Parts: sequence; C-alpha cells; structure tokens
Amino acid sequence: MNPFKTLAEKPWLAQPAGMPQGMGPDANTAGTIALRFFIAVVSVLFFLFTITFLARSQYPDFQALAGQPWQPFSDPSRLWFNTALLGLSSLMIQLGLNASRKQHMNGTIVAVTAAAFFAVLFLLAQLDLWQHLQAMGFFVSGNPANSYFYLLTAVHGVHLIGGLVALSNVVFRVWYDGQLTALSGPLKLCTTYWHFLLLVWLLLFGLLTSTPDTINALAALCGF
Amino acid sequence: MEHVAIADQIDELHDPDTFITKYIWSQDHKVIAIQYGLTAIFVGLVALALSGLMRLQLGFPDTFDFIDPSSYLQFVTMHGMIMVIYLLTALLLGGFGNYLIPLMIGARDMVFPYLNMLSYWTYLLAVIVLLASFFVPGGPTGAGWTLYPPQAILAGTPGYDWGIILMLASLAIFIVAFTMGGLNYVTTVLQARTRGMTLMRMPLTIWGIFTATVLGLLAFPALLVSAIMMMLDKLLGTSFFMPAIVSLGETLDHSGGSPVLFQHLFWFFGHPEVYIVALPAFGMVSDVLATHARKNIFGYRMMVWAIVAIGGLSFVVWAHHMYVSAMNPAFGFFFATTTLIIAIPTAIKVYNWVLTLWRGNIHLTVPMLFAIGFIFTFTHGGLTGLFLGNVVIDLPLSDTYFVVAHFHMVMGVSPVMVLFAAIYHWYPLMTGKMLHTGLGKIHFWFTFLGTYAIYLPMHYLGFLGVPRRYFAMGSTDFIPESAQSLNASITVSALIVGASQLIFIFNIFWSLRNGEKAGHNPWQATSLEWQTPNVPPKHGNWGPTLPQVHRWAYDYSVPGVEADFIPQNVSTDEVAATADETPGAQI
Repeated sequence: MNPFKTLAEKPWLAQPAGMPQGMGPDANTAGTIALRFFIAVVSVLFFLFTITFLARSQYPDFQALAGQPWQPFSDPSRLWFNTALLGLSSLMIQLGLNASRKQHMNGTIVAVTAAAFFAVLFLLAQLDLWQHLQAMGFFVSGNPANSYFYLLTAVHGVHLIGGLVALSNVVFRVWYDGQLTALSGPLKLCTTYWHFLLLVWLLLFGLLTSTPDTINALAALCGF
Repeated sequence: MEHVAIADQIDELHDPDTFITKYIWSQDHKVIAIQYGLTAIFVGLVALALSGLMRLQLGFPDTFDFIDPSSYLQFVTMHGMIMVIYLLTALLLGGFGNYLIPLMIGARDMVFPYLNMLSYWTYLLAVIVLLASFFVPGGPTGAGWTLYPPQAILAGTPGYDWGIILMLASLAIFIVAFTMGGLNYVTTVLQARTRGMTLMRMPLTIWGIFTATVLGLLAFPALLVSAIMMMLDKLLGTSFFMPAIVSLGETLDHSGGSPVLFQHLFWFFGHPEVYIVALPAFGMVSDVLATHARKNIFGYRMMVWAIVAIGGLSFVVWAHHMYVSAMNPAFGFFFATTTLIIAIPTAIKVYNWVLTLWRGNIHLTVPMLFAIGFIFTFTHGGLTGLFLGNVVIDLPLSDTYFVVAHFHMVMGVSPVMVLFAAIYHWYPLMTGKMLHTGLGKIHFWFTFLGTYAIYLPMHYLGFLGVPRRYFAMGSTDFIPESAQSLNASITVSALIVGASQLIFIFNIFWSLRNGEKAGHNPWQATSLEWQTPNVPPKHGNWGPTLPQVHRWAYDYSVPGVEADFIPQNVSTDEVAATADETPGAQI
C-alpha cells in the first residue's frame, strides 16, 4: 500500500462498476500488525530512556560504569555470558519456529522449552549481576549511571517476562488443542519479539558499557 | 492470536449467554465502550465537583473553612489530571473509539476482543488507584497536573508521600490499559475493514480516532518513562530529576539531577495529548456537521491530510510549554515556528467546517447545536493559542489566568462540546431511544453561554497578571478590587453550568425508559453504523453477512437522487433504480 497514492484518492467520484476495492477481514496478518505497533511502542520507550541517559550523562556527577579499571564493566565478561544466554534463547525459539513449520512436534517442543529455559536463565543471571554490583558497592542511588543500569535492565527484564507469559499462553493453547498447525502463526510473533528484545539488549549492552568518551560523543551528537 | 472474531462467519463469535459474560466480563466492543464511557463520565463528575470547590474558594475567599491551601492545590491537581486523562482520553478513545470503529468500518468486533476487555478492566484499576489517593494519609498529590519535580515529591507539597506515588502508579496502569486498547484500534482499522471500505472512504471520525491512537501509542511512553523515573527518585533515592537540594532546612541525599529533563519528557507526552483529545473530536464533529447540514463534508481529502499533518506536527512543538523554563533561547524560536505552522492545518479544518455549513440544509438539532458551539469555542481557544505560541507574548502571560482560559477553551470545553454532540447524536444507536430534545436544548444553552461567562473574563484576569494555581491573592498591589468581583461572577457562572449538567444526566436516564423510539437511522445518516439490521446493534453487529461498501460516507443531497442521502452500503445500481433521468446525476 502506497500511502501517498491512498491519500490522493478521490472517494467522492463515482466508482466504476465492479470495482468495490478494499480488503476483506484477514485474521493472519492482524497479529503481525499489532506486534509491529507494539514493537514501535517499546522502541519509543527505550529510545526515550536512552535520550534521558545521554542528557543526564552530561552532568558532572555522572560516572560511567566502564573506562577506569576499577569500574565494574571495564571487564564486561559477565555481561557477555548473559548476552550469550539471551542469544541462545533467541536461536532456540527460531529453531522451534522452523520445526513447527515442518510439522516436527518433538523438535518444536524441545526447542521452545529450551528457549524459555534460556530466557529464564538470562533473567536469573541478570539478577545475579545485580547482586554482584551491590556487593561491589554500586547501589542504585549511588550514581545516576548505576541507577540507569538497574532501571534499564529491569525494564528489559519486565518485557522479557511479558514475552514468556505470551509464549506460555501460546504453548498451552496448542497443548489443549493438540494441533501443531495452529502454533506456527503465534510462534512467529513470539520469535519476532524475542529477536527484537535481543536487539534491544545488545544496544543497551553497548550503551551501559560505553566509556565516558563514547558517551560524551553520543551526547554531543544529540546536541546535549 | 489465531482466534479472531472478524471473520465473516457468525458462528465464530461466542455468543455471551449469562448476565456476567454479557454485561460484566464482556468481550463485545459495544459493551466495553459503554463500560468505558460510564466510568469516564463518573470520574468526570468527580473532577467537575472538584472544580466547583476550587471556584468557591476563588470567588468567595475566607468563606469556606473546609478549603485550605493544601486541599485547594489537591483539587486543582486532581481536577486537571482526571479531566485530561481519565475523562477525555478514556471517553473519546476507550468509549467512542470502541463503539464506533467496528460499526463504522463494517466489522463484527475489535480484532482482539479479549485484549479489549482486559484494557477496560486495567483502566478501571487505574481509576480506582487514582481515587484511592483521596483516602490515604496526606491525601492526593497537590503538585499540579504537570507533577513537576522537585516539588512534587518534596515535603511541603500536599500528598508528597502517598498521593504522588498513587498518582504515578495510576498513570502507569492507565498507559498499560491504553496500549492494549490502542493496539486493538489501529489493528482493527487497518485489518478488519469490510469489503469496499478503502481508507479514503472511512468517515472522518475513524480517521481522527485512528490518528489519535497512533499519537497515543507513541506519546504515552514518554509519560511512562517520566513516571517510572520519578517513582525511583521518590522511593529509591535516585537522582534522575532531583538536583542537590535543601528542603525545610535539611540537605537531601539527591544531587545533580535535572528537573528540566522531566519537563521535556512530560511535554513530549503532554502536547501530543492535546491532539489525542482533539483529533477524535475533530473527526466526530465533522460527521455530525455533515449529517445535520445534509451536505457532504467540505474538502474531505484536505480534512484527512490536515488530521495526519496535525498528528505529525504535534510531536515537534512540545517545548512551547517551557518558554519560561530557562531552556536554550534558540529552542524558543524553533518551537514558536513549529507551533505557528500547526495553525495552518487546524485553520483549514475550521474553514472546512464553516464551508460545510454554507448553503447546507441545516437542521438545528441538539447534536448540531453542540457541533456549531464547538466551532465557536474552538476558534476562540485556537486564536489565543497564537498569542501564547509566541515567546515574547507568552513570557508575561505565562502562569496567568490567560493560559487557563486558553486551554480550557481549546481542549477543555471544545472536546466536551463534541462529546455532548456525539452523545446526543449516537445515543439513539446505543439505546434505541432518542434523548429529549427540549432538555437537550436547555442543556446546550446553559453550557454554551455559561462557557463564555466563565472563560471570557478569565482572559482579562490574565492580562491583569492574576496568577493561576494561587489559593488566594493576598495583598497584591497590581490586582484591583474589580478582579475579585469578576472572580465571584465566574464562580456563580461555573456553579450554574456545573448544576446544568444534571439536566443532561437526568436526560440520559429518563430517556432510557421514556424516550421516543429511535427506529432505524433517525438522522438519515449515510455511514455504516446506522445501517445495522438491529437497533441497538446485536452482538456481531451485522447479522449473517457483512455489509459491502460502495461509496464514501458523505453522499448527502446528491443531485438527481430523490432521497437526500445515500448510505455507504447502497450500490450504484440500487440508486439508479430510484433516481430520475436527470442528465449528469452523480451517483
């Protein structure tokens, strides 16, 4: 659909006979459209958090969590481990989707369960990271950089939990109906959402482990 | 997401059979719409009562012992927040959006009925959390509806302890509810239109609701972000917005935060919010005007473009609310320019409404009276907006009653006029009964003239420099005694207008039982919602088959056709059968 062409239509002119164009209801793409809008909403949410992060970073009390050797994320290996968990979760759900399209019941069940397992593991690993940071003395109100770390990981985690709720809803429905064909549509939506959350996490990872120089450069680009 | 109730198979719909599934845990868009509507009107009445209390204090200071400075600020705050978010947004989108979208585009229901039901119950939870703040220690927040930090969460501001927390929580819950509803509205409009209903054949009501919903989906996250961050500042002692501060002689733990950052976030939501409220109103008033003037809407395409252009521009004007916030002055120039540009599509809409009336066959029904009233109040409020959009004029007028008068005219009274027009217009469809016309006309004149009696003098108070949000003027030299008399007269008018709304409430309930039977299509309108086999429409809306659309929604007084309207689902052949032989008959 070309929006400019649509907006240029002249609906008041008599239409030639036999041309009642337009669309009938289509159930399959409704979920896709809703998910696209939802992804747009969540993107705006994280975009705004990021913008405030960059603006806040330009105040003198902001101490980035990477850069100096004593800062926790100068060595981000724990974060890489967590990222690997989320990446595996994303990979597994993709494999599950592929299996469901080929009507492989066992493959689908194993892969989707593994995806959920790795997602839960990621959340637990994030919680463990929080405890680790607290043990090192990086408390939520200690510094705005700390606050943003806890805030952004929490908001990301809440969205992943929401995804798990949706995924379990899909799985249980298939369980009761016993039809694998009904699975691939909703599972595709879950897969898209999973990849999206992985992408968001990678961007957050990049932002939260940036050195002060990188952050200042980004902030300057945004005009702060 | 697989099961959707939009397919053209009536058995796809699980017909509700018990009282609970039919009226309480209902997934029918019409029931949900009415649930949304009644809840919104209820909280709206609470907010109306609060404004009455504020006016009592302003009109007759030192008279009422139960209003102290703290409770006055709480009334101001709760009045503003309830009216903007919990009444206007909820009633226009949750109420009318829910009711009209499926009916006007020829669908059986929303695309995700379960999500729709969840949206209402989440909204109700938000309302309950908000109203709960009246009953907690310290009462509701008195920070002003803009909730600016640092004062919103510091001792000295009423409700700084519990009230502000409940307010922020309620807003967050509301945003979740809105997102669920909003995803439904946009997907339904894009995906569930019946055959022949192209985007450019949709009534302007749907265009307004659709665009406003997209704005809401993109703007409410900004409010959510600011609410979450302020909540953390309050509860966990972070310093997102809180600078180093000494409060009541005590140095607080906060340091380095930026209150202006909150203002940017708040208004990045707050300005689109104006259009989230205005665009559905623009759409609905267009349809009411065309129907009751028996004339096609003037410049339909331009009206659609204007709605879309206003929606886009509304995201780049937010800082005109912040000219006095000490932001970079160069910003002021930019935002003043974009603000004045937005007047162009808005003015196009006003001209087109007036030109729709020109040489129309105007029926002065109650909905039409309110729609014409809207043109007056909106033009009035829009023109004062041009003053306030300019930095140099805004600076002296900022935070005076001129601003109060401006935004009440443009986004308080105007959308409410449209809401009344819409209720009088669509009540026959919702209930099968007409509202009483005589009572409706009395209600209109009290409301319309009362509006001017309230808000016109406020512009003068603003010129005098009377500040808004003040509990009392105290011994202020520059405010003459006459300002106080004006305040008293405004209060009397406000109380009369407030009381006259009881006529409306009475009419709603009285007509439900005693109203004249509406029958099919009492206004002889063209749009699809009036072409349902049953009035009020039953679950599933359309009986066994969905309607097919053959034309746009504005075929009124078509030359060469005997009837002065052709419904959207009437084909050219059916019209030709009844049309006379006039050459050039445009069917």
